[in-house]
This record gives sequence, C-alpha cells and structure tokens, in this order.
Amino acid sequence: MTAGETHRAIEATFRIERARLIASLARLVRDIDRAEEMAQDALVIALAEWPRTGIPANPGAWLMTAAKRRAIDTIRRDTMRSRKHAEIARELDGAVDDPAEAIEASMDDDLGDELLGLLFTACHPILSAEARAALTLRVIGGLTTDEIARAFLSNEPTIAQRIVRAKKTIGKAGIAFAVPRGAERAARLASVLEVIYLIFNEGYAATAGEDLVRPSLCMEAQRLGRILAGLMPQDAEVFGLLALMEIQASRLHARTGPDGALLTLTEQDRTRWDRLLIRRGLDALARAEALGGADGPYALQAALAACHARAAKAEDTDWARIASLYDRLRDVMPSPVVDLNRAVAHCMAFGPEAGLKLVDALADAAALRNYAPLPAARGDFLFRAGRLAEARTEFEAAAKLTRNAREVAFLVARAEACGA
Amino acid sequence: MRVMVFVKAGEDTEQGVPPPAEAFAAMDRFTEALVNAGVLVAGAGLKPSASAKRILVDGAARTVIDGPFAEMREMVAGFSIWEVKDMDEALAWARRCPNIMAVPSAVEIWPFIEAEDLAAPRDGERSRLGVA
Repeated sequence: MTAGETHRAIEATFRIERARLIASLARLVRDIDRAEEMAQDALVIALAEWPRTGIPANPGAWLMTAAKRRAIDTIRRDTMRSRKHAEIARELDGAVDDPAEAIEASMDDDLGDELLGLLFTACHPILSAEARAALTLRVIGGLTTDEIARAFLSNEPTIAQRIVRAKKTIGKAGIAFAVPRGAERAARLASVLEVIYLIFNEGYAATAGEDLVRPSLCMEAQRLGRILAGLMPQDAEVFGLLALMEIQASRLHARTGPDGALLTLTEQDRTRWDRLLIRRGLDALARAEALGGADGPYALQAALAACHARAAKAEDTDWARIASLYDRLRDVMPSPVVDLNRAVAHCMAFGPEAGLKLVDALADAAALRNYAPLPAARGDFLFRAGRLAEARTEFEAAAKLTRNAREVAFLVARAEACGA
Repeated sequence: MRVMVFVKAGEDTEQGVPPPAEAFAAMDRFTEALVNAGVLVAGAGLKPSASAKRILVDGAARTVIDGPFAEMREMVAGFSIWEVKDMDEALAWARRCPNIMAVPSAVEIWPFIEAEDLAAPRDGERSRLGVA
C-alpha cells in the first residue's frame, strides 16, 4: 500500500469506529466535546502508528484503548495541576474517587449500548428538534457542520452555534448518556424516532438538481434507522419507522419527471421503484406487526406506503385497505391532513358520496383554511359525482390558493374540463 | 452508495464443506457488526456450482449448461449488498471480513450504477436501476 492508500484506509476505519468511540468516551467523561477531542487524538495516534504496524485486527478496540489511555494521561495531568484543590476536596468529603482509575476499570467493560445511549442523549427532548437533528448528524452520522448546514439550507456558523449550544445544554443538565428505562423510555424513544424521521423528510423534500447532500440525508436517516433496529430489535415502532423510510425511499428516483417536476404516486413509473428497498420495507413492517405494533403511528403510515408499493399498477391499489388504515391512523395520530387523506381514500374505495361526506365535515377545520388540497379534493369528488358546476368552483378556489405554477395549470385545466 | 460484495468460490465451498464452528461464529460477529452499523442491506450464501445453471446467450439462441463448472475463479460463493459512504469505507469493512476458507480466496466489491450516475434516466434503462 502507498502512504496515501494507508492514510485513506485509516481514515475510513476511523469513520466506521468514530460514533461508537465518541459514545463510549462521552459516557466516561460526560462531555461530548471532550469525547470528540479524545477520539480525534486516537486518530492522530493511529495515523502515526498504523503505517508502521499495519491496521490492527480489531481497530475499534485499538482506537478505544488509545483514546482512553490519552484520557487517563489528560486527567492525571489535570489532577496534578489541581492537586491542591483535589486534596482540599478530599479532606472535605473524604472521597478517594480517582477518575483515571474509573476509566481504567471500565476499559474492558464494553456493554455495547453506548452508541444507543449517545443517540438517546443527542435526541433528548430538552433540545429543540432542529438541535437534536444537527447534533445527531454530527456525532452519530459523522457529518461535518458544513455538510449539515448545506443539508438544512442554512449556514455553517448557525449550525455550529446550534451544536455548541446543544452540547452545553446537555452538559448543564447532567444527562447520563444512558438508554432510559421504564416509563421514560417510551417518551424518549419517540423523540429519537421523530429526529430520524425529520432528517429523512429534509432529504425527501429536496428536489432534483439540488445539492447532493440533501437527498443523502434520506440515506443517513435510513442508516440511523437500521442502526437503531439492530440495537433495539424488540421495539415495534423502530421497525415501523424503518419500514416507512425504506418504502418511501424506494420511490426517490421515480418522483420527478424529465422536466424536474414532482409526480404524484399515480403518475410515477412504477418500474423505477427500488424493489430492494420495497422488500426491506415490507420485511421491517412485518417485523413491526409481529412485535405487536401494527397500530403504531409509524407502522400504520408504513402500511399505507406498502399498499402503494404492492400495487404494480396504480389501478391495482387496494383502496378499501387504505381507507381502513386511515380510519385507524386517525385514532393514534389525529390531524386534519390525515382526515383529508382519509376522505380521498374513502372516495376511491367507496365512491364520491363517501368522500364528500367526510370532506364536508372538515370544511371548518382551522388548520385547513387556505389549504389548496382541500378544495382540490372536494372538486375531484364532485367531478366524480357528476356535479360539474360545483366541481368547477372548487378547482378554481384551489388554483387561487396554489403558488406552484405547474399545480395551478393542473387545477385550471381540471376546472375547464368541468365545462362552462 | 451501494456496493455488491462477492465472496468468490474456493475448493471448500465448491465441495460444500461447511466451515468450522468458530469460522461460522466469526462470520456471525462480522454480519452483526455490519447490521449494527446500518451497512448491510441484503446478503446470502450460495450453494456450490453443482446446483447452478448457466445459460449461454448468443443472438436468439439459448443454451443451458448444468453445473458444476470448472472455472473456480469466476464463481461466487456468497454475496451481500452494503450501503456505504464511499469505496474506502467499503474496503475498510471488506478487510474485516473473516476468512472462513482453508485455501486462498477473494472478496470483490462492485459499486452499483445508481440513478445519479446517469445524466437522465432513459427508456429501457430505467428498470435496471436499483433492482436486485
């Protein structure tokens, strides 16, 4: 191997180990910043030693030992410097606690759940959703602040600041870098899942031609979901979210037409859906259901996505099943948008009258005021029911509420198709 | 990026000799590490070439040849699909793959043609993308 190749091999190995390394170190020193520095120190040592010795058989353990030895040295030096303080402190409370010894003792004590502990910490609800996402991408995903800034259409100082503040908040709150137990666990897991899905949706919202960092957020989120599934194999909603992301990602490359415009599910060329991801999504969904989580909000959304994934042609779609899934989703995730989608599903499954009955009940929902899809859906139901004049009024109202030129053209065309 | 990883066949795998228990355990640990890192997308071991078929394609003609085949170097004993950031990362993982064969063997890494590798998806090429 040339020196350059060795260097790249070491960096790649480090990237694989980095998150786990930081996780173990953060649990010891209760400080993400210091943990990141120690991990970086270990890389420096590896870059000096491995070109001579070759990459060790277990590079993760090697790096961990190097980082922890460095941590012990640092702590010993700090202790020497503040010996006086330490002595005073010891006299005061009689403690003989040596942090260096504690690290030495934990050296071989790899419980394997450090990474999970770090993920739960980075996704702690005391942080804002944006801060959680940025910190997770930084410490678990290993993205640079510049990459995160580009992905979130922000700038580097803002993201860097957000991450610094998040680390400080965690430090001040004295969070234990552990996986929570009992009642707290469910709430904290919901926060982790929310962050991963937020990262996924940021990537999914990106359109063709944008910075490639954005779509790669989807892959990063899927990766986080797969990591979580590997570490929490008994949690149904983890698999529900994973299934939802894998199935949605299967359509990533079919979502846009040749002109870059977004295509609806019915317009997409289904041969371009990624079969491998669909298969993974269906497997994960089956796992979520087998674990008793069929009615979890993510599992239900995944089941909805699966209905489309299973239909080779748009007209094969099982709308009755979709309607019944929306009936259930409405109970666990009440939202006017879910209600509107439910109305569409009922229209497709049971006819326009069924859709109209549901959509009319939504007419007063504050959240849907000025929401173009509402009159667009109502117009579609009326059109299918043969009530053309009323349909035309709805399509025109929807067109007025839409800013996207292509959607306006589509709605105007539908209004015109209703006749004068 | 996604890569296809081929474990090439050796005399052991061709004769269907199961690897020793400790080799199996090492392979399980490696697979578990891949899963826990979110890298493993799919994978399977393949039966010896005795149970394989080869279809020779020449113009309109198709000729089926039953295994076993002789050219060991061209045969595959197993495959997996990984999602990695780049080839360096794939290489770093591949180096960790335990050797479960008693004889010299090889592992190959082939990157997928992904949609972004094509300027624009064209008719006829579309269904090849990402289909495994």
